[in-house]
Amino acid sequence: MQFAGLVVVGIIMLVFLGVQGLKLQFFFGVIIPYLALVVFCLGLIGRVVKWGRSPVPFSIPTVHGQQKSLPWIKASAIDSPVTTAGVVARLALEVLFFRSLFKNVKAELGEGRRLTFTWEKWLWLAGLLFHWSFLVVIFRHLRFFTEPVPAVVHSLGSLDGFFQVGLQAFFITDLIILATVLYLLLRRVCIPQMRYISLPADYFPLFVIFGIALSGISMRYFFKVDIAAVKKLAMGLVTFKPVLPEGIGVIFYIHLFLVCVLFAYFPFSKLMHMAGIFMAPTRNLANDSRARRHVNPWNYPVKVHTYADYEAEFGRKMEEAGLPVENSQAKVS
Amino acid sequence: MALAEWMRQNKAPVVTKWFQVLLADYAGESGRFLEKYQEQFANPMGYAFFQGLEGLFEQLLEGLEPHRVRPCLDKIMRIRAVEDFSPSQAVDFVFRLKGVVREQLSGEIQANRVSTPEILAFETMIDNLALLAFDQYMLCREHLNEVRINEIKNRTARLLARAGGATF
Amino acid sequence: MASVPKPDQLLKIDHRPPQTGWMDTPVVFKKGTYSHAAKAKNLEAVDLPNPRDWSPDQQDWKLPENWKEIVLEGLRERLSRYRSLQIFMDICVRCGACADKCHFFIGSGDPKNMPVLRAELLRSVYRKDFTTAGKILGKFAGARELTTDVIKEWFYYFFQCTECRRCSVFCPYGIDTAEITIIVRELLNLLGCNIDWIAGPVANCYRTGNHLGIQPHTFKDMVEFCVEDIEKLTGVKIEPTFNRKGAEILFVTPSGDVFADPGTYTLMGYLMLFHELGLDYTWSTYASDGGNFGFFHSMEMAKRLNYKIYAEAKRLGVKWILGGECGHMWRVIHQYMDTMNGPADFLEVPVSPITGTRFDHAGSTKMVHIAEFTADLIRHNKLKLDARRNDHFKVTFHDSCNPARSMGLFEEPRYVLRNVCNHFYDMPEGTIREQTFCCGSGGGLNSDEFSEMRMRGGFPRANAVRYVREKYGVNTLACICAVDRAALPPLMQYWVPGVEVAGLHELVGNALIMSGEVPRTSDLRGNPLAEGDGDGDV
Repeated sequence: MQFAGLVVVGIIMLVFLGVQGLKLQFFFGVIIPYLALVVFCLGLIGRVVKWGRSPVPFSIPTVHGQQKSLPWIKASAIDSPVTTAGVVARLALEVLFFRSLFKNVKAELGEGRRLTFTWEKWLWLAGLLFHWSFLVVIFRHLRFFTEPVPAVVHSLGSLDGFFQVGLQAFFITDLIILATVLYLLLRRVCIPQMRYISLPADYFPLFVIFGIALSGISMRYFFKVDIAAVKKLAMGLVTFKPVLPEGIGVIFYIHLFLVCVLFAYFPFSKLMHMAGIFMAPTRNLANDSRARRHVNPWNYPVKVHTYADYEAEFGRKMEEAGLPVENSQAKVS
Repeated sequence: MALAEWMRQNKAPVVTKWFQVLLADYAGESGRFLEKYQEQFANPMGYAFFQGLEGLFEQLLEGLEPHRVRPCLDKIMRIRAVEDFSPSQAVDFVFRLKGVVREQLSGEIQANRVSTPEILAFETMIDNLALLAFDQYMLCREHLNEVRINEIKNRTARLLARAGGATF
Repeated sequence: MASVPKPDQLLKIDHRPPQTGWMDTPVVFKKGTYSHAAKAKNLEAVDLPNPRDWSPDQQDWKLPENWKEIVLEGLRERLSRYRSLQIFMDICVRCGACADKCHFFIGSGDPKNMPVLRAELLRSVYRKDFTTAGKILGKFAGARELTTDVIKEWFYYFFQCTECRRCSVFCPYGIDTAEITIIVRELLNLLGCNIDWIAGPVANCYRTGNHLGIQPHTFKDMVEFCVEDIEKLTGVKIEPTFNRKGAEILFVTPSGDVFADPGTYTLMGYLMLFHELGLDYTWSTYASDGGNFGFFHSMEMAKRLNYKIYAEAKRLGVKWILGGECGHMWRVIHQYMDTMNGPADFLEVPVSPITGTRFDHAGSTKMVHIAEFTADLIRHNKLKLDARRNDHFKVTFHDSCNPARSMGLFEEPRYVLRNVCNHFYDMPEGTIREQTFCCGSGGGLNSDEFSEMRMRGGFPRANAVRYVREKYGVNTLACICAVDRAALPPLMQYWVPGVEVAGLHELVGNALIMSGEVPRTSDLRGNPLAEGDGDGDV
């Protein structure tokens, strides 16, 4: 954890020195974002292609519900899908609502010795809120990259900023991201089981995201940066006519660089679960392996013990026991 | 009398502390998992330990009737008997109750509200409980061996029966 | 004067293992928690590498000279063959949802039995040798060197996983530890490191067709032994056929049920049911085991052993195959057989000759589960049943892992149970159906020397049984798996004395009213029936 934390602090110092001391605005404002984007895209495609190149030799869905067998037994269309629609629904529930995490049910005997059911809901809730908030925040940022800004981005922004603090809209997702990242981090630190299994690679993205959220929030609410200038820079980037407006504070460069780090880090890390979830054969296959044959592209021939081998060894005993044989040895001997 | 009264009033903290002492035998990462003793099905081990200790503590106050103590002891010893413990390690938690009680009782002792004979008598009971615990441990081990022998016999029971011409 | 230690210090002996990170805690082989090594002769019987006599608790495992190369090359090959492996290596976020779902962790508290950590045992090696970050950053990226200690750790922990797939149910990405265990076992096999409880049955099954190595004449003899028992109990003479060409159906069931109680009673149930139906079916001595310990060995061995089922069906010219009660056998049949040894285009889509029901859900594999078959019979009122003959049983049902989490076979056996016995109580939510707890002995781990670990691993299951025993007086644990029938009796004897284990079709056999039967005075085990039961006045 210390290692991951130090790396993130180091990154922030680097930007500070680079922008403030060496005046490398062009490097951090233009070159790095393009570089990160290229790494992200190529890395992501490369990884998915690599996964895709390994075939799925067997149909191995984990089944969570009643199979489709006899017509009068109600089959579970989503938990034991047999149609593409069922599979899509199962995946969608998984991706959109983290259904398996939600399933984390625990039965327990309550204080009054009554059987009660609770579930490990906090991980599910924090995970879900975190991912959804992240998505909303990314979507909201489209206002920097589009001109004119689509109405839907505006309305999402005003929905998110429903709560007004003073004169300014306050984005609820900002708060949620900070809170949930903090929860996910504390969980790793405080629960011994979690600490035992956690790697630096688990803390690092949490720190980076925390840094991104914190710098973003500071820019918005505390150290105001010139929004118009930032938009000019962003538009320059997306139109491939990069410009470097004056008067953007160093805090913006820190924010931008952390985002770039996250993007560049993404394809090489566990963050790839975003793409992997769609490709896991335990979730994206139908439970129909007895109805439809699944083909294994590398199904090579193996050495087997044929019936002929078997009869060659046991034929005589079989005959003596009155078992039918293909080639009677009684006639021979 | 004063000690027994104190015990009754302090059952919850003493049992909880005793439970923690027992869990200290397990690696830290899993010790914490076992602590969630209310989860009967998700954490059967922690649940059984807590139930067992609670029962044992009550039995200590009731005079340690062996036939009543055994079911409580069994809850714990049956698990300990199939774990990586030596026999002494497996029963050690019983003796550790002495430390728990002394620690919790230190204020009372200093204030002279409980007498030394009372404490000594209680500790003798704990010794007796430890002896019962050892019996129970051995019983479980023997039971385990019996189960193993039965299993091996059973695997080929039909073949043997057929060979011997016997029927069921 | 020496200082007097405080009572607390005197009292406390510290049993806790040193608090080291998991990568730096080597495994200790303690009796009762590992299985014996595969014997050389059993590896030679099926042409496996590095046959030798060795023992896991010895320092020298007699690995081949270039063992490291073999393992890494084996891993590389499998990464290119299994998308599942490639993805499961890359995407785990270590959220911990699976941590307390493994019966071995719940029952033993060993942190390396948390599924996430079990998988990390392989992932750490994968990172070191197959990812750039791992190569450069080493331990900071969660990577570690492949050493003989790692091999020993793999052997210990991947033969402490029963491939039950419970953790996969709770994983948000469906990461399946069974899949990882299967692959690590394959890697260990490349070095000749297996357990004899798997290697022995595999060698037997390859040669004789069944795990116990029973030769054809004895197999027939044993089934006929059950036939004699049935005649004594019911007065009905049954004449099963073996290796008969031209039969409509080939019946394949695990061989354990032929030789060991209480599986034999299940076998009697099958025989009685088929006789009563007048089913045109045959047994096979060549395909005399549906169970497939090859599956606990490697995919290749699973295929080599599974081969004989379709081969025999083709040779005998049957129309379709009926499969008995078994767990991992059904995982192989449901998810692998058609892919491995199909297509079964020489067979027909199964149709019940009694009810006319067409089993389209088995239309390609052409093999039907007996619970599906019997449920269909009962639904169509084709069986005369007297459930009162099971009145001395208070029954609960153990969902065997593989039929549960790999097939979704939940309602069929319950429907049958509700029709053949009057007292049926399910165990609590979270311990049944797709969340069912393993018996603790699956995956080829029901060896005798592993008994302590099996008791620990089976504790969560036993604990749920104890709950229904205390609440409803349950005395019978029904199941549809031969490994269960072997493993659950000792588990029950140890944890929940007074609970017997019975196969589903044993209970069917008890309740089944056969034409021409004498009034029954006892159940299939010879236990007298309760007052007023079974006197035929239905």
